Amino acid sequence: MSVRTAPIAHPVDGREIAVARPKHVWRWVAGIVVLAVVAWLLWEIVANPRLDWSIVGDYLFDKRIIDGIWVTIEISILATVLGLVLGVVLAVMKLAHNPVLRWTATGYIGFFRGTPLLVQLIFWYNLAFLFPILIVKIPFTETGVYWDTNAVMTGFTAAMLGLGLNLAAYFAETVRAGIQAVDPGQSEAAYALGMTPAKRMRVIVLPQALRIIIPPTGNEFISMLKTTSLVYVVAGHDLMTNASQIYKQNNQIIELLIVASVWYMVMTAIATLLQSRLERRYGSDAVRMVRKGGVADRLLRKQTAPTAGVLA
Amino acid sequence: MSERSERLDTSVVIADQVRMGFGDVEVLRGVDLEVDAGEVACIVGPSGSGKSTFLRCINGLETVEQGSLRVLDQQVGFELGNGKYHPWSAKRFATFRTDIGMVFQRFNLFAHQSVIENVMCAQVQVAGRSKKVAHDEAVAQLERVGLSEHAHKKPHQLSGGQQQRVAIARALAMHPKVMLFDEPTSALDPELVDEVLVVMKALAEDGMTMVVVTHEIGFAREVGDTLSMFADGVIIEHGRARDVLDDPQHERTRNFLASVR
Repeated sequence: MSVRTAPIAHPVDGREIAVARPKHVWRWVAGIVVLAVVAWLLWEIVANPRLDWSIVGDYLFDKRIIDGIWVTIEISILATVLGLVLGVVLAVMKLAHNPVLRWTATGYIGFFRGTPLLVQLIFWYNLAFLFPILIVKIPFTETGVYWDTNAVMTGFTAAMLGLGLNLAAYFAETVRAGIQAVDPGQSEAAYALGMTPAKRMRVIVLPQALRIIIPPTGNEFISMLKTTSLVYVVAGHDLMTNASQIYKQNNQIIELLIVASVWYMVMTAIATLLQSRLERRYGSDAVRMVRKGGVADRLLRKQTAPTAGVLA
Repeated sequence: MSERSERLDTSVVIADQVRMGFGDVEVLRGVDLEVDAGEVACIVGPSGSGKSTFLRCINGLETVEQGSLRVLDQQVGFELGNGKYHPWSAKRFATFRTDIGMVFQRFNLFAHQSVIENVMCAQVQVAGRSKKVAHDEAVAQLERVGLSEHAHKKPHQLSGGQQQRVAIARALAMHPKVMLFDEPTSALDPELVDEVLVVMKALAEDGMTMVVVTHEIGFAREVGDTLSMFADGVIIEHGRARDVLDDPQHERTRNFLASVR
């Protein structure tokens, strides 16, 4: 609601009479009360004699913390990529005609959404109890590659697998919704032009589903940045693990949690910024799915260029 | 396949007692129809009479459940081998459909592609043509429908009539042997109908075999060779388009024609 400031003419003599500003007494009261409570809470923390801010400063750029940040980013990116790719596969399986594929995808999604992420992480980390050796070999021969499970399943790989496989289960539903939101007429036209079901999916449906799928992927990644902190139970050497290892030595628990929080907030802020860019690019209706520098892009630019008459 | 089509008689579509339904509802209840090469076969009838469903059977978007439907000398959906008809694979269907162009009521242009990409897409992805060949073909087809200056627009920037003409160009770029039109002007504003009909008429004059489901009686009279009147899943009247329109024999045909005029 806008506030009127322009004077109003008097009905009888037409004098311009000023309009008084509204007072909003209760707005001021509510604002002051909330400010006071928040200020008091902050003061209790900031000025707490048991909290040593110099330690926060000391550790903010500690090598272990900085290393942990990079591992957190690395795990987040790898797990998100794994989750996205597997999520698309699961979504396509869930929409398949083959009932075995459908049930498998449904079972996978049910299992990974139905069990806590923490349990899954610990499970992957302790995979060696079930399978001491990982083998990839040609069936019925001895030719193949063998790994010691404990050597492969480090905190890092367990974290990446656990987070990625878990995200895939959630992401599959997003992708499925995106695929189903594409007008069935698009598929019919693709079939009528002689496309196979797979080609129709890849060339026509998925590129259009992306418009619906991409915005939530930003949210998934942002939430992944923070979910990686769970990795501390399997010692993934991420930000949270390293912070916890420091406070286990010096007992400055709150100080190091503040250090970790500052960095999580910085990462989230940057990711949010990137996400809003991504959404501006893909969220709009006039989205150009043509990759910059891709074949179609070059083709189109050549066309519009005044000198190039034919495609060389 | 080409070997067989050499000795193909002139019929492009031969439907013999074609039946199909959705669940309990029988949509086609014994359709007989022959469409010759170069013929413009118009199909009219009230909504729900099965005319669109029949058209979709011709390129295998719907499956015929009983009777026989032969298109371009192939039993649609089935291959004869070892004394049995074996259902086609998805790939076999795809190959079959490259010879059949289809134009939809709602245009169905690929929304994420520009006009020229729409016309090039199947040429490159399905026919395996090079980008240059596909591009030249697309430009030629867009010229044919009078839209070459819109090549770089997105479908949503075009009017309905323009979108439908792009859809026709997209189908023609695959060099189909027969074109199916499923109420191509029904979703258009009245003032945009003619520009589409003009393109279709030119196509008919070029000798294209066409099966056209339409409510445009004027088009059927002027361009159509034959006309089939669908009602309740069967063809109740069939003959030369002009004959049926000028002197309908069946009472339902008379009533229907009176209602759409």
